[in-house]
Amino acid sequence: MITIRDLSFAYSSEKVLDSITTTFEQGRVYGLLGANGVGKSTLFKLLCGLLTAKEGSIDIDGYSPADRKPGFLSKMFYIPEDFEGPAVSIKSYAAGISAFYPNYDEQQLRSLLNDFEIDINRKFTTLSLGQRKRAILCIALSMNTEYLLLDEPTNGLDIPSKLEFRKMVARTMDENRTIIISTHQVKDVENLLDHIMILDKRAVLLDKSVADIQDEYLFETGNAVPDDALFVEAGLGGCSSIRKNVNGEESRINIELLFNYINSKK
Amino acid sequence: MEYSEHKPIYLQNVDLMQEKILREEWREEERIPSVREMGAMVGVNPNTIVRSYQLLESQEIIYNKRGLGYFVKEGAVARIKENVKNEFIANELPQFKAKAQMLGITKEELVELL
Repeated sequence: MITIRDLSFAYSSEKVLDSITTTFEQGRVYGLLGANGVGKSTLFKLLCGLLTAKEGSIDIDGYSPADRKPGFLSKMFYIPEDFEGPAVSIKSYAAGISAFYPNYDEQQLRSLLNDFEIDINRKFTTLSLGQRKRAILCIALSMNTEYLLLDEPTNGLDIPSKLEFRKMVARTMDENRTIIISTHQVKDVENLLDHIMILDKRAVLLDKSVADIQDEYLFETGNAVPDDALFVEAGLGGCSSIRKNVNGEESRINIELLFNYINSKK
Repeated sequence: MEYSEHKPIYLQNVDLMQEKILREEWREEERIPSVREMGAMVGVNPNTIVRSYQLLESQEIIYNKRGLGYFVKEGAVARIKENVKNEFIANELPQFKAKAQMLGITKEELVELL
């Protein structure tokens, strides 16, 4: 479990995260949403020890990421948005970093790469952007870490690869893992999420399970705007609206609408 | 598979599973994929899939054999047809009726078309 208390961070004079408090629990796939510049990538770097908090604390199963202890680092894999990859093969890169990840499974890596039709002997430098993204994702999953941080994982993936990505993450998800996906492409990942967190510079605006959000709100699209609508957006297919779910009806969460609603309230 | 806009994902997955049973892709008293396998097949979070299984179990369409996994219950096909029929009458029929009224289609015309 990840426990964050009063976490603040600034790049020189620019404050990015300001006194953030929240937790990430095991066995869940979190969608971390937030406008540009609220500090999603910064939060990831703080969680894996690449940056050190100015104020506040992060506790991950008794470790503080900033200490960079091997026992902690072997629990965590972070894929930045712009992973380039060195001029070596996927296989030797994975074997190299596996020194830090005791649960690495080469068979699993081969099978994952196979699903994406990527040869394990290819060098990163010969791969396209989309192929590099897929390759590092396969490597990350085959390291079998308890925590997986994915920053915009579907950027650069072609349409069939996005479905393959979802299947892959769904397949490797289990009750011991925590996966946090930061993204603006909510449609690409929404079927994977069971928890949604909306971040702002100064606060966590929303931190709720998908089931609880469905219980609380009703998402509708139609020609007429309900009288008791909390939030409305007009579009081609009619008006999309959110209202309180009073009769226990069930609807599919419109994450983009929810995001705009929550941000409009702050 | 692609998921449509309005139903929650777990209910859409229920529809998909019921369809597999109706098409006899999954037969009564046969084992069906585990929650994890199902999640991997459709690219959906296993925790969401659990809700689909719980609903189908409560409706006596599937059941859990301890240590062996989930099976399609005897009589599931008949129960699904009943459920889908009720859902059709409750949800789709009123919309159909409203549209026919709006367009001024008479009962006689409808009967003829059907």
